[in-house]
Amino acid sequence: MLEIRNLHVKVEDKEILRGLDLKINAGEVHSIMGPNGSGKSTLAQVLAGRETYEVTEGEIIYEGKNLIYMSPEERAREGIFMAFQYPVEIPGVANTYFLREAVNAVRKYRGLEPFKHVEFIKMVKSKMKLLDMDDDLLQRSVNEGFSGGEKKRSEIFQMAVLEPKLCILDETDSGLDIDALKIVSKGVNSMRNPERAFLIITHYQRLLNYIVTDYVHVLVDGRIVKSGGKELALELEDKGYSSWEQSEGQNIKAANT
Amino acid sequence: MEPVKMQDTNSYLEGFSQFEKDAPGSDLSWLRSIRQDAITRFSELGFPTVRDEDWRFTNIAPIARASFQLSQNGQRTLSHTEIETFTPQGLSGIQIVFVNGRYLQELSSLKSLPKGIKVSSLVMALDKDKDLIEHHLTRYADYQKDAFLALNTAFMEDGAFVYVQRGTVLEEPIHLLYITTTADAPTITNPRNLILAEDNSQATIVEHHVSLDESVYFSNVVTEVVVGSNSVLNHFMIERESKRAFNISTLRVQQGRSSNVTSHSLLLGGAIVRNNVHPVLAGEGSECYINGLFMSTGRQHMDNYMKVEHASPHCDSRQLYKGVLDGKSRGVFHGRIIVHKDAQKTDAKQTNRNLLLSDEAKIDTKPQLEIYADDVKCTHGATIGQLDENAIFYLRSRGMTLDSARALLLFAFTSEILEHIKVDPIRNYLESLVTDWFVQGKLFDRTQ
Repeated sequence: MLEIRNLHVKVEDKEILRGLDLKINAGEVHSIMGPNGSGKSTLAQVLAGRETYEVTEGEIIYEGKNLIYMSPEERAREGIFMAFQYPVEIPGVANTYFLREAVNAVRKYRGLEPFKHVEFIKMVKSKMKLLDMDDDLLQRSVNEGFSGGEKKRSEIFQMAVLEPKLCILDETDSGLDIDALKIVSKGVNSMRNPERAFLIITHYQRLLNYIVTDYVHVLVDGRIVKSGGKELALELEDKGYSSWEQSEGQNIKAANT
Repeated sequence: MEPVKMQDTNSYLEGFSQFEKDAPGSDLSWLRSIRQDAITRFSELGFPTVRDEDWRFTNIAPIARASFQLSQNGQRTLSHTEIETFTPQGLSGIQIVFVNGRYLQELSSLKSLPKGIKVSSLVMALDKDKDLIEHHLTRYADYQKDAFLALNTAFMEDGAFVYVQRGTVLEEPIHLLYITTTADAPTITNPRNLILAEDNSQATIVEHHVSLDESVYFSNVVTEVVVGSNSVLNHFMIERESKRAFNISTLRVQQGRSSNVTSHSLLLGGAIVRNNVHPVLAGEGSECYINGLFMSTGRQHMDNYMKVEHASPHCDSRQLYKGVLDGKSRGVFHGRIIVHKDAQKTDAKQTNRNLLLSDEAKIDTKPQLEIYADDVKCTHGATIGQLDENAIFYLRSRGMTLDSARALLLFAFTSEILEHIKVDPIRNYLESLVTDWFVQGKLFDRTQ
């Protein structure tokens, strides 16, 4: 489904990703872990199409198409969804309106009829139940005045409504209490199927207690330094990233001399 | 006789002497002497310049330099279909129409007015309601320090007269429609409205200024509103004139005890527009809410000048103005709050928020508090910003195009104003005007 080859990304002249390779097949769950500043969120933003990130080298192939030249909305319509680490508050735009616009934009692109009002509400209500969202959510403005946990739950709720093919979760677990974590995990788990893939970016191994991951990748200084099965997450929890960071540091020193 | 082309102060004086002889109410000595006093005052004041503090941000030199003539007697008639787009859907009722400043009976709908309501042209009222007119007309809008008020007072020809009798509640809005259309030469019209709402009454007035074409002209409008004790009055000002028109308008509201006034203005049209809103909270416990939305593009200049006078204790005032500025347009928000010595327990709040859609658009926002009482609460705040790039990316990442993301955010920005409008047909109408403004690509038009 997704293949990233030798990806280099710059933000304001600073190179953040430095030759990243990653391959994700449909049906798989991949987790990316790494210390602060290693480039985890950059990867998520680049996949979603953030224009402030400049791809200087490499390619991202999604379902046979080069993603780099696609606008954020085209990517969304092609089935890519990113749950934001910091969801944006949009005062004055009600969730219902926002969701219907988004769903129908995607449906139109896929050649489907737009949802009729009743169908739409029915579908939305069932997903709200899944994520334990309050009924007043639909009338409220997008993310406005939401608590941190509500924002994250709302992201997963949007994901459930939009039914993307590739789901990217950018530190969705950060700042969540155990109840919210369980709800978010339930949402993700209910969406797992052979046609859908997940890329879970996380700082902690905790989320992986609830979401069974197929692969864990360790991202340090803009490169994947180790990949393995779910047991790798436990190892990281135990030992941290220091061994890689040191060796990376030495490499840089070596390169500079 | 050829109409005088008025340009400098002398030619306005000359124009006045020609106008005065046949002016409406020229047989009324009180009115004649007010007109004469006003033209004298105008010639003393002259047009304001940017050196005048109240006009610092608005250069009206294009108005002062231009040559205008009074509109001609040959009255233009229009059909109902020609004005259809200017009548908000669902407003079936009372309508008074002026074309080039003159009352047009055929398009007005003033029959079967509810009991306790009078709506007529000012010219008719000068005949039928002499005493009321003499008692109120020009008594509130003080022309001594304001050249445009003086000019209007000297040259006022016609306008709307609305009278709501004590205890009368009218839910249906009264639609005042001012249409200007091509003339041979640029014209000046001086519409003059007088709205009297007696004690315990309620009414809604919609003042609506439109053009039939892109002609150059000058609307110099004055509306005096007198609101009695315990009365509720809603006033709307919709400005959607030609992009080459000039519009200077003043809404002067005199509020009685425990009265409640809401003023909404929507500025969309005009080359140079100045909208003065001046309520005087004269009666104890009165309230006023002044809301405005202005959206400019190209080289439009829109100036919102507020003067809220707290003259009695326990009065509340709220101002909420929002501006959306594109192209090379300029906007001004000047919010002056004056709290007089006796106006204790005043609660005044002023908010102005602006969105600049282009690098070349500019807004000047100026709060001005003058407080002479010691137990008051006055707050003000202003913001100037751009559309939130993070929000745009967020919406796009959910499948919306750049254009629809921008339009949605703009609509959200304006909805705070529109939501305050309780009269459904008016709100729907204004919403459609605002949406058209976004959709017609004016949003992305940098060329004008």
